[in-house]
Amino acid sequence: MQTFIVVLALLGFAAVGYTMGRARSIMTAGGTPKGLHSLPSYYGAYTAMWIGLPSLLLLAAWLIVQPQIVDGLVMGGLPSAMTEGLSSSEYGLLLNDIRNVATGNISSRGDDPAITAAAARLSGLHDTGFILMIVAAFGIGAGGLAVARSRISPTLRARNTVEKVINVILIVSSLIAILTTVGIVLSLLFESFLFFTHVPFYEFVFGLNWSPQTALRADQVGSSGAFGAIPLFVGTLLITFIAMMVAAPIGLLSAIYMAEYADPRFRAFAKPMLEVLAGIPTVVYGFFAALTVAPAFRNAGESIGLDVSSESALAAGVVMGIMIIPFVSSLSDDVINAVPQSLRDGSYGLGATKSETIRSVVVPAALPGIVGALLLAISRAIGETMIVVMAAGLAANLTVNPLEAVTTVTVQIVTLLVGDQEFDSAKTLSAFALGLVLFFITLALNVIALSVVRKYREKYD
Amino acid sequence: MTEPSTPTRDVTVAAKPPGPEQLANRYTKVQSRDVNVYYGEKHALKHVDLDVYENEVTALIGPSGCGKSTFLRCLNRMNDVIDICRVTGRISLDDHDIYDPSLDVVQLRARVGMVFQKPNPFPKSIYDNIAYGPRIHGIAHGKAELDEIVQKSLERAGLWKEVSDRLDQPGTGLSGGQQQRLCIARAIAVNPEVILMDEPCSALDPIATARIEELIDELRENFTIVIVTHSMQQAARVSQRTAFFHLGDLVEVGETEAIFTNPEDSRTQGYITGRFG
Amino acid sequence: MTDATSFPPGTGSGGRPTDPARRPLVVSPHLARRYARERRFRLLGLASVATAGLILLILLGSIVSKGYSAFWQYNVDLTIEFSAEELNPDGGPVDMETLRRANYLALVRDSLKREFPDAAGDRSERRKLYGLVSPNADIVLRSMVLEDPGLIGTTQTVTIKLSDDMDTFAKGYIDRNLPEGDRRVTDLEIGWFDHLNSEGRIHAAFNVDFFTQGDSREPEEAGIYGALIGSILTLMVTLLVSFPIGVMAAVYLEEFAPKNRLTDLIEVNINNLAAVPSIVFGLLGLAVFLNFFGLPRSAPLVGGLVLALMTLPTIIIASRSALKAVPPSIREAALGLGASPLQVVTHHVLPLAMPGILTGTIIGMAQALGETAPLLMIGMVAFIVDIPQSFTDPATVLPVQVYIWADSPERAFVEKTSAAIMVLLGFLVLMNAIAVLLRKRFERRW
Ligand SMILES: Nc1ncnc2c1ncn2[C@@H]1O[C@H](COP(=O)(O)OP(=O)(O)O)[C@@H](O)[C@H]1O
Ligand SMILES: [Mg+2]
Repeated sequence: MQTFIVVLALLGFAAVGYTMGRARSIMTAGGTPKGLHSLPSYYGAYTAMWIGLPSLLLLAAWLIVQPQIVDGLVMGGLPSAMTEGLSSSEYGLLLNDIRNVATGNISSRGDDPAITAAAARLSGLHDTGFILMIVAAFGIGAGGLAVARSRISPTLRARNTVEKVINVILIVSSLIAILTTVGIVLSLLFESFLFFTHVPFYEFVFGLNWSPQTALRADQVGSSGAFGAIPLFVGTLLITFIAMMVAAPIGLLSAIYMAEYADPRFRAFAKPMLEVLAGIPTVVYGFFAALTVAPAFRNAGESIGLDVSSESALAAGVVMGIMIIPFVSSLSDDVINAVPQSLRDGSYGLGATKSETIRSVVVPAALPGIVGALLLAISRAIGETMIVVMAAGLAANLTVNPLEAVTTVTVQIVTLLVGDQEFDSAKTLSAFALGLVLFFITLALNVIALSVVRKYREKYD
Repeated sequence: MTEPSTPTRDVTVAAKPPGPEQLANRYTKVQSRDVNVYYGEKHALKHVDLDVYENEVTALIGPSGCGKSTFLRCLNRMNDVIDICRVTGRISLDDHDIYDPSLDVVQLRARVGMVFQKPNPFPKSIYDNIAYGPRIHGIAHGKAELDEIVQKSLERAGLWKEVSDRLDQPGTGLSGGQQQRLCIARAIAVNPEVILMDEPCSALDPIATARIEELIDELRENFTIVIVTHSMQQAARVSQRTAFFHLGDLVEVGETEAIFTNPEDSRTQGYITGRFG
Repeated sequence: MTDATSFPPGTGSGGRPTDPARRPLVVSPHLARRYARERRFRLLGLASVATAGLILLILLGSIVSKGYSAFWQYNVDLTIEFSAEELNPDGGPVDMETLRRANYLALVRDSLKREFPDAAGDRSERRKLYGLVSPNADIVLRSMVLEDPGLIGTTQTVTIKLSDDMDTFAKGYIDRNLPEGDRRVTDLEIGWFDHLNSEGRIHAAFNVDFFTQGDSREPEEAGIYGALIGSILTLMVTLLVSFPIGVMAAVYLEEFAPKNRLTDLIEVNINNLAAVPSIVFGLLGLAVFLNFFGLPRSAPLVGGLVLALMTLPTIIIASRSALKAVPPSIREAALGLGASPLQVVTHHVLPLAMPGILTGTIIGMAQALGETAPLLMIGMVAFIVDIPQSFTDPATVLPVQVYIWADSPERAFVEKTSAAIMVLLGFLVLMNAIAVLLRKRFERRW
């Protein structure tokens, strides 16, 4: 919050600089903007940039670097007996305790005088750093102001400079998307690499047994855990399959009905209805699955003598299918509408009925696009998290029986990472390995689907 | 500006004009009386009376937007597909009103087939394109019969020799002219009585156009053909009778030779001499 | 089509019929079958749409029917003796610190014991008796006394919340006709309840606390205010980060970018990013923002950043199509007047595209508001009682609150969860309505 206020203050400073630069340019031109190369507002923007850019960049760098330095100083200041021979996770715990004490929270080591002292030191350094940061940021801003003031003259090409800088900012903005992807790939690869130093790759990909509970003490039985992900992959595919069995027919038939049969009044009502279905947060679907659908299936099963798990793959899959219906239908709707009318005319001209035309001409013509839509839907189902977290199980059963509980890749990622985690344990790292698999599978599906759909569109454009 | 009494543009009337005995024996296959078409508020076709005779080619000409396609689409009720389109008046096929509510469009279209401006083969194999109509109408009994229909239709459309060895390949892979002949074969396969063609050659090169024109002349023997064209040469080459439309009115209809050599209406004359259109 | 089939295919049927009525236009039995199929197919389509609608109704219906009762709470009027012995045992002038630390729960318990002296003997019965009212009832009394120490020594009628089980019973969710072992309240408790009720001392009131308090382990005390503030803080970060970056990226790609490999790559990349599972963004946030940059866990700052990266593709794609919809003639006109390309964009194109951009942004924000999974990864799932005050305080958000409550075993949390969902959906409806209005209001046909 404090930092936020500093940022606002710097922006205010830049705004002040704007008016100063404007006024300055008019003054240098002899009181009238006529002789200036650019409009006075560009001189204002020029000055604001000289203030805002360096000071905000400094602020960002400071915020990233300061904690590292402060932590180093604090830990260095501890009695060497406390820090010697600590593993990196123990080091992290100790630091965490000091932070907790410093922010006034209760900590397990709160009464240790060394810790209390370190905490005081931490807050002290933190405050000093904050003040230094403000001074530095405003100092550099003032420097920028001085530079801009000295450069402003009627011949300064303020507009060109400002536009060049803005252009760079625009380019950087559009690179953020790439940076995000790079960040995802690198962080997943890095943590997965660490994981594969603990667990062999082939065991992860081909192992039939998943129980990541690593023990707290190294000498405990079964401390190694088992990281065979096949049960997760099978569970994910099972639930995805069930979801598609629900979403594909209902979504496709709805799309066909909306595109080919429905009159505008019906469409005006049904389209928003499907959009509402699409706009419901997945956590709501998860709640619905766990509290309404799963018990209903269980009771229905009981009444006909079937033993349905209360966390059955069926319930999670069906609700996930419901969630995906609007996705399938709106994508297919677009695709079906892209089929040229001339093909329909050709069929009607031969005396085909509407349904014959749809089944033998429109759907085959739209098939590549429909396949693309279904692939996107599958990718969506594989990556969906909340429904399965709330309605599917945790136990990694290797089964394809939809009435039993299975677990999925996303469920395991959440379970492994929610709650207390130990850094660098195989258990925590395995979540990133699962994330890597998830990312690349959905990426592959998306790339294929998008290129299929694009080719399809080009065909009829 | 002097009004030329004879058309200055040289149009050769090549199609065989009907002989006197044929003229006497003419049978009216399709008859339209006081047909009006509206697209919403727009009055696209006004009071059209037109007879189409059996085993002849009737050409509809006129400047673009004058309602030729609209009229053509009335004859097999393709306008039903357009929501805002409204048709009044009477159109009959063999004396049956085709807008009779008890009549079935699907069956009508089986008897009045259509070929469109742009070739529109279905994204299926050549064989399936042709077999589509017979299949939906249940015309063929058994594979052998269907094979025979496909072959005959392709032969009559003059396409058999070119495609007999690749019937299982997609129809969309053919050249434009071949595609249009495929569409004609597809229409023939249902064995209709009337074939409507809406500028069937406008998307084709001259050689393909010549092939289709030849084909139309051959088909006349077995079918009644109504063709829309914007090319007067084409109308003159293939048709026995020609109807000239202008701004939604049917201005003049008569023997092709007469229309081109001695039009009655000044608008017709203006059009065929190339002063507008 | 009996007639058509009788023709040898390909020989032509165009020969003049001797009898014009030879091929009457009648419906054949074959056609009836085809039309039956047509009707069935059409019905199938309609049934699919109807199924989707029905499911929506069931979903919303089940949530509303479970959740509407959370908006009120049953209370009981108790006669409380603010006894001086309990509150100020040492006598003398009232010391605020002593008052703050006094055992107010004892006052409630005394009152209950006076009410039902029979129960006072047995330990387990006594515990049940105390369990009639919320274990947090002391807070009400404490604030009363702290506000007005003059209450000490007096006897007052105070309205106190029933405990979650009794509240659930009062709302009729527990069937008293079930065998005692099968329900969460015993006959004894029901007897007490009926007695108080017959005296008219149990009444329902609008559950203000649900909207003004943070999370709590006691369902009757739990509210969504903390999560709501968390959501607002998080979305503020998301908006502040993703809107400017998204619009600038869209402007660059649509208006300035040369067509080359790099821009192609960016384009493909954005489309793919839009389809990356949200949980992967959570992993990114955990690895980069928390572990690498050391930003605080559970903070709206980090949540907002993660959601911003997730919403960015949505905003860029929407903004690009809004920019694309501005006709080139406007750009040409402005360029023709000597405006620089940047001026053309900022003065003419952006203002015209703004309604579309804002619509896309609101829709992106609505998605972010409903997002849960990535926030679990960065620790926003903790049990947090305090209302977050800043972007770095530990916080949770509405959908995560739903998830936390849905996971709680107490029966009374079911209605809280459903009610929280209703509030969440309310906000989503509001945001989408604004987006729709914006689109309608500023829709322009060129
Ligand atoms: N589907 C339609 N909706 C509205 N107006 C149409 C439609 N089809 C044709 N028209 C209008 O009807 C008139 C006749 O069109 P058309 O029959 O296609 O002319 P053409 O003689 O060139 O084939 C034109 O003015 C056209 O604008
Ligand atoms: Mg036309």
